[in-house]
Amino acid sequence: MIPMRILLITAAACGMACAQQAAQQPIVLQNATIHSVTKGTFSGSIVIRNGLIAEVGDKVLAPMGAKIIDLGGKHITPGLIDCHTHIALVSTNEGSVSVSSMVAMRDVIDPEDPAIFRDLAGGTTTANLLHGSANAIGGLNVVIKMRWGSDADGLVMKEAKPGIKFALGENPKRAGQGGQSPFGGSAQTPRYPGTRMGVEDVIREAFVEARQYQAAWKEYETRRARGENVLPPRRNMKLEPLVEVLEGKRLVHAHCYRSDEILMLLRVAEEFGFKIATLQHALEGYKVAEEIKAHGAGVSTFSDWWSYKIEAYDAIPYNAALLTKKGVLTSLNSDDAGGADLSTRLNTEAAKTIKYGGLSEDEALALVTINPARQLGIDQYVGSIEAGKQADIVIFDKDPLSIYSKVEKVFIDGRQYFDRDEDLMSRPRREADKKGLLEKEKATEKAEAPQRRRPS
Amino acid sequence: MKQLLLAGLFAVATFAAPPEGGSFLLKNVTVHPVSGPKLDGASVLVLDGKFAEVGAKVTPPKTKIRIIDGKGLHVWPGMINSGSIVGLSEIGSIRETNDTGELGTFVPQLRPIVALNPDSEHIPVVRANGITMTALLPAGAGGGGRGGGSVQMIGGQISLAHLAGWTWEQMEVRRSAGMHLRYPAISPVSFDPMTFSVTRGNYPNSKRQHDQEIQELTSFFDDARSYWTAKKAALPVKTDLKFEAFIPVLEGKTPLIAFASHEREIREVIEFADKQQVRLVLAGVRKPGAALETIAKKKIPVILGRTQTGADEEDDPYDEPYALPAKLHTAGVKFCFATFDAEFARNLPYQASQGVPYGLPYDEALRAVTLNAAEIWGIDRDYGSIEAGKVADLVLTDGDLLEVKTDVKMVFIRGNEADLETRHTRLYKKYLARP
Repeated sequence: MIPMRILLITAAACGMACAQQAAQQPIVLQNATIHSVTKGTFSGSIVIRNGLIAEVGDKVLAPMGAKIIDLGGKHITPGLIDCHTHIALVSTNEGSVSVSSMVAMRDVIDPEDPAIFRDLAGGTTTANLLHGSANAIGGLNVVIKMRWGSDADGLVMKEAKPGIKFALGENPKRAGQGGQSPFGGSAQTPRYPGTRMGVEDVIREAFVEARQYQAAWKEYETRRARGENVLPPRRNMKLEPLVEVLEGKRLVHAHCYRSDEILMLLRVAEEFGFKIATLQHALEGYKVAEEIKAHGAGVSTFSDWWSYKIEAYDAIPYNAALLTKKGVLTSLNSDDAGGADLSTRLNTEAAKTIKYGGLSEDEALALVTINPARQLGIDQYVGSIEAGKQADIVIFDKDPLSIYSKVEKVFIDGRQYFDRDEDLMSRPRREADKKGLLEKEKATEKAEAPQRRRPS
Repeated sequence: MKQLLLAGLFAVATFAAPPEGGSFLLKNVTVHPVSGPKLDGASVLVLDGKFAEVGAKVTPPKTKIRIIDGKGLHVWPGMINSGSIVGLSEIGSIRETNDTGELGTFVPQLRPIVALNPDSEHIPVVRANGITMTALLPAGAGGGGRGGGSVQMIGGQISLAHLAGWTWEQMEVRRSAGMHLRYPAISPVSFDPMTFSVTRGNYPNSKRQHDQEIQELTSFFDDARSYWTAKKAALPVKTDLKFEAFIPVLEGKTPLIAFASHEREIREVIEFADKQQVRLVLAGVRKPGAALETIAKKKIPVILGRTQTGADEEDDPYDEPYALPAKLHTAGVKFCFATFDAEFARNLPYQASQGVPYGLPYDEALRAVTLNAAEIWGIDRDYGSIEAGKVADLVLTDGDLLEVKTDVKMVFIRGNEADLETRHTRLYKKYLARP
């Protein structure tokens, strides 16, 4: 395991150095089919300068000394955005408590996870790393960019709005049913809640507590402003993020399946005066599209998953299209755990909505670009090809919504982080490096073997 | 009349005859016969459930027949999913709705076709994407399944079923087209999909377990062979259903469908099959390594699983699963595709086309989900291509069958038009119309 890791990081470091060099030089991507997502699809060019898209159009002014890349009609899309994933994380579920808002995914980012590179190779440049769904209120999320080779801090997309994971339905109930729990070993003692009623109660109890905590701080601040000598309330790391939710400073990303629990959450949020940013999965979202729209929540769902559990039995592949048609801001996500899989082909996942529900090509592509960007509060930076936005760009050899297309190059912040040709060319060298490392390891083991056998 | 009707009913009840095949004339279509080049502006004549004529001009029958003008549409042979649990498993996480993975290590007598629920919601869903037939697996790809058993090596027979019919008898294409084998692997790492957790054992333990399993497997074969020999010699033997079921494998009539994903198991199972002199089809191959040459040399067919998946190991090339079909094709190996599941069984065509941008010729991708599958299952005389005399399992689309965006317009099974309504379209229409 270890030699391979070193290998990957070495390769990445080289990629970074090359990328840094290129970043100083403006780049012109010319003669491309540009899927801007927000401004239609057209033939033209893009100027990348200082990490940003400086200019887009059918004719652009190439800056002095720019590197010109002629694409011969190949396709350009914005970097794809995965609104729900669990890649690049050391752990995902703090399942011992029903409210785990004191934990943060930012603290457990694994920058060496090869899934980051694989996402890149599939054109995914930004992802929302969420806590698992073991508890009604989960941990804090973090949005990253696939800056392969960076450390954990370097991956974080600092512009993204902070958020938190909620979870409804079967998963948070499971620990309440005792016996083996898929989250965190065995739960011999059932953990409350064990029903959907209990899930509602846990959320309401938590926000009642958060309100009291918020009030205590407000009172402290008012009295202090009056010049009184008062002690501050004791800080509570569980309730602080919930107060931020109440104050609209933190987005709620809620895992849910059934229409009843979706409606329940919307009403609880309304009772406490906050908004749900995204309903994650929401496989029955289509049943309550009107209510979701009225509340103003977005939905991030799967293209065609269904029937793997009872709460997914009414899932339909028309969900994304139907929600879109009814005016709900919708995205598609991978929910990848334990490696990059769906997150490496979000483009063809999006294409399924053309077949199931008849979305237009732009609407389909929006499900994995500008829509998730809006849901994560980063649409002024990423999610479309527009002048002034960060230059997160994917070059496809063919129509990105076709299964016959593949990703050739990927830029993040104007730097090239993936090039298929380079990757192909470097494979024999990497193979040889790996072999060398394995042999070295074997030799070391042999040399150390007698010492190990010595009795201590 | 009444008598005739009764006679008819009697015939159905006694002989369980397949449903009558339909007849129709399809005009103005682009035909992709798979067995030959594409035909533009062609017609397809189907009589009594079989292709009667295909070409630019066909002789219309004298009797009245349904005429379908398919202007702008493409016609393809129905696709075959070479391994799924469609109709055997309704909801993955609920044991009561699952009938794969019986208790017992050697259960060759089991026949999944008898557990096929003709009213499973999965059947229309899969059919609506142009898949007309599936191989039914008695146990999961790695052995096990959801019936409670988890250690089957011989998991049962593999049946072939059409994805339309009132009863499983009507859906049956072959009751026993193969014998499931999970070939033991030395695998210290195991992933439990129910709990999403990876457990790591150590190599010596895994190796010991592997060796023990091989020993058990070998003695099962030896015992079955002794039974067969005794029977052939007309010695008095007590009927044993397990051994009875295994005789066609020993005779070389039924192939062993062996799940072996990595080089070591593949090498071992090929040697094993050689020694036992049984026919072998490899399934779930993912990393054949140098064994690919042997597979090619020995002309062993392969059932590939999902290509739309992540690469196995951390240092594998990112596109390894996508590039695997091209690798097999280049080596000269015949292969088809399976999804090995129920929930993603409809996505069979994309497992084939996902390989195309990574080197698999398009025609091979199309062949893999149609004619290759029929050949590997030994049913190519009747299925897998659009040719006069074959059973009329066909699909009409508005574009490329293997492309994600393409809409399936009509599906025919045995010449009968299949309903494309599904649980999904019903719910969609219901809620689209919600005021």
